[in-house]
Amino acid sequence: MFWQVAISIAAAQLLHRRRQTIVSTLGVALGVGFFIATSSVMSGSENDLVQRLVNNAPHITMKDEFRTAAKQPIFLAMPDATVKLTNTKPREYLRGIKNYGAIVDELSQQKGVIAEAALTGQAIVRYASKDVGASIAGIDPEKERYLTTVERDMREGSLMRLKTASQGIVIGRGMSVRLGLGVDDLATVVSPTGLVRRMKVVGIFSTGNLLLDEGQVYMLIKDAQVLLDKPFIANRVRIKIGDPDQAEEFAARIESRWGYRSESWQEMNRDFLGLFVIRNTITYSIVGAIMVVASFGIFNIISTIVMEKRRDIAILMSMGFRAYDIQAIFLVQGAVVGIVGMLLGWCIGLVLLQMLASIEFTIPGMSEKQHIVLDRGFFQFALGGFFSLASAVGAAWYPARKASQVRPVDIIRGAA
Amino acid sequence: MSDGHPLIEARGVSRILQETVPVTLVRDIDISVGHGEFVSVTGPSGSGKSSLLYLLGLLDVPTSGSVFLDGQDTTGLDADALAAMRLRKIGFVFQFHFLLPEFSVVQNVMLPMRRLGRQSEAEMMERGHKLLEELDIADQAKKRPDQLSGGQRQRVAIARALANDPALILADEPTGNLDSKNSEIVQEIFAKLVREEGRTVLAVTHEPGFAEATDRNIHLVDGRVDRDTKR
Repeated sequence: MFWQVAISIAAAQLLHRRRQTIVSTLGVALGVGFFIATSSVMSGSENDLVQRLVNNAPHITMKDEFRTAAKQPIFLAMPDATVKLTNTKPREYLRGIKNYGAIVDELSQQKGVIAEAALTGQAIVRYASKDVGASIAGIDPEKERYLTTVERDMREGSLMRLKTASQGIVIGRGMSVRLGLGVDDLATVVSPTGLVRRMKVVGIFSTGNLLLDEGQVYMLIKDAQVLLDKPFIANRVRIKIGDPDQAEEFAARIESRWGYRSESWQEMNRDFLGLFVIRNTITYSIVGAIMVVASFGIFNIISTIVMEKRRDIAILMSMGFRAYDIQAIFLVQGAVVGIVGMLLGWCIGLVLLQMLASIEFTIPGMSEKQHIVLDRGFFQFALGGFFSLASAVGAAWYPARKASQVRPVDIIRGAA
Repeated sequence: MSDGHPLIEARGVSRILQETVPVTLVRDIDISVGHGEFVSVTGPSGSGKSSLLYLLGLLDVPTSGSVFLDGQDTTGLDADALAAMRLRKIGFVFQFHFLLPEFSVVQNVMLPMRRLGRQSEAEMMERGHKLLEELDIADQAKKRPDQLSGGQRQRVAIARALANDPALILADEPTGNLDSKNSEIVQEIFAKLVREEGRTVLAVTHEPGFAEATDRNIHLVDGRVDRDTKR
């Protein structure tokens, strides 16, 4: 019942100063709208990039190395003792993940997990007396299609042809252009140890990533083992799991299980993810500043109303309205501006998103038209609305409190 | 109506403004007003008439002494409790009408009822119209206050003061801004409230004619009761 009074008085006073109310409401609305647009673009591009990071590469890569150098046995045997050991040298060992078949089998048994043993290394691809350095990845095409997007990125030929062709390779569009090397052409692949093999191009992919497109070569793991002269050796176990967010814990688990350094996608892209934190801080500070400016508009109008309405406040108090009731009236005004601003802001946000989504542009080197990736999440709208309400009620708080401190006697005496 | 105790009573009430030089508004006031009395408060300007009215109306709090409303000591009550008592038991009429310009006449009259919140919207509307009818301005109910004449506005203010059916009407120079004809009308309304409805009206005035029409006159000089005459 009381709220009805507060709201009706609040609404009447706002409507009385219609133009100022509209201006400050628009201020809030624009703040909310731009918040939604900016936040959608930022969050959209972040999600897009994370998606690429997550989808284009395995979630976890186990490498044939250890995070820390192995300790001498004496340090393990006597952890608390003070030992000085001189003239030691690290033990030489054959690089590679030992018993990778068993590791892959054990991992593959877990639900939602795809594990693939791979052998990577360097080689030179030679064609028509031109040389290009290449990263070799010896893989299992059957599993690779789930681990990375290479199959989706195929432009000519196919990844699966690796299985049927003898000595097949899949190269990137960049390398194909540089060497003039097309599908079904025979290239010469030279390994660092001097082994030379003639291999047939069975597919060409294009990811948009220059480094991959010019330098990555896929082949069957057994061909890579022969080429690199590492029979029965794999130096990577590439893993995809059900929930990418679990990758860090999963990596830690398998690292402690087998000892090999296992990097999650988060660890590999730590710098990227750190950049997002900085970028988000900047974005939200700027958008927050818009809201602060908007809330000054609200502060302004409600302060003006309070100044103007001191007589009305005094008479309401003499009638029996409590200080709290008066405060509520002006807080309601703030809330009304906030709510209307929020709703209008949502509309502005939707229009802005529609406009942003319709923008098309071409990035040099990419054939397809690009769109801005937007995150049209409920979250942006909810957060924008929350900011609008919070800033509106926050801005109304001080003048509302001032209003509640009016002493009716002073006003009535002054008026008489 | 009366159950032994007076409706409003001041016992040794003083009000001193604590400023660089303390200002005494009223000093050692002892008065008691019963149900159904029609009282005028007169005195030269600066004699503390209005200050006394605000103290009796619980708008201001005495520096010393106590104000009893309906037998209840109001000393030490907090602002909310005083507001609640004003809401139920006291109606104010000031020299200026103080109507809210954004609301129609009848909506203005309904404001105290809304705050009290005891009636439905329809009941409040009905009572608002009834009050306006009694004051002979029912035809103005839907107008805004600024479309009314001074006399009509003051009658709306009286209707608003009566909204929650208070026993006590406190008026501060209610005819101060009115021409003689409207002054007379307002005066008659107050007399009617006392005679026919048994309310208590205490009005501060500087008009001898108004004072003569009342049953009792309290004359203040320099913040003290100089004369208290019943007719």
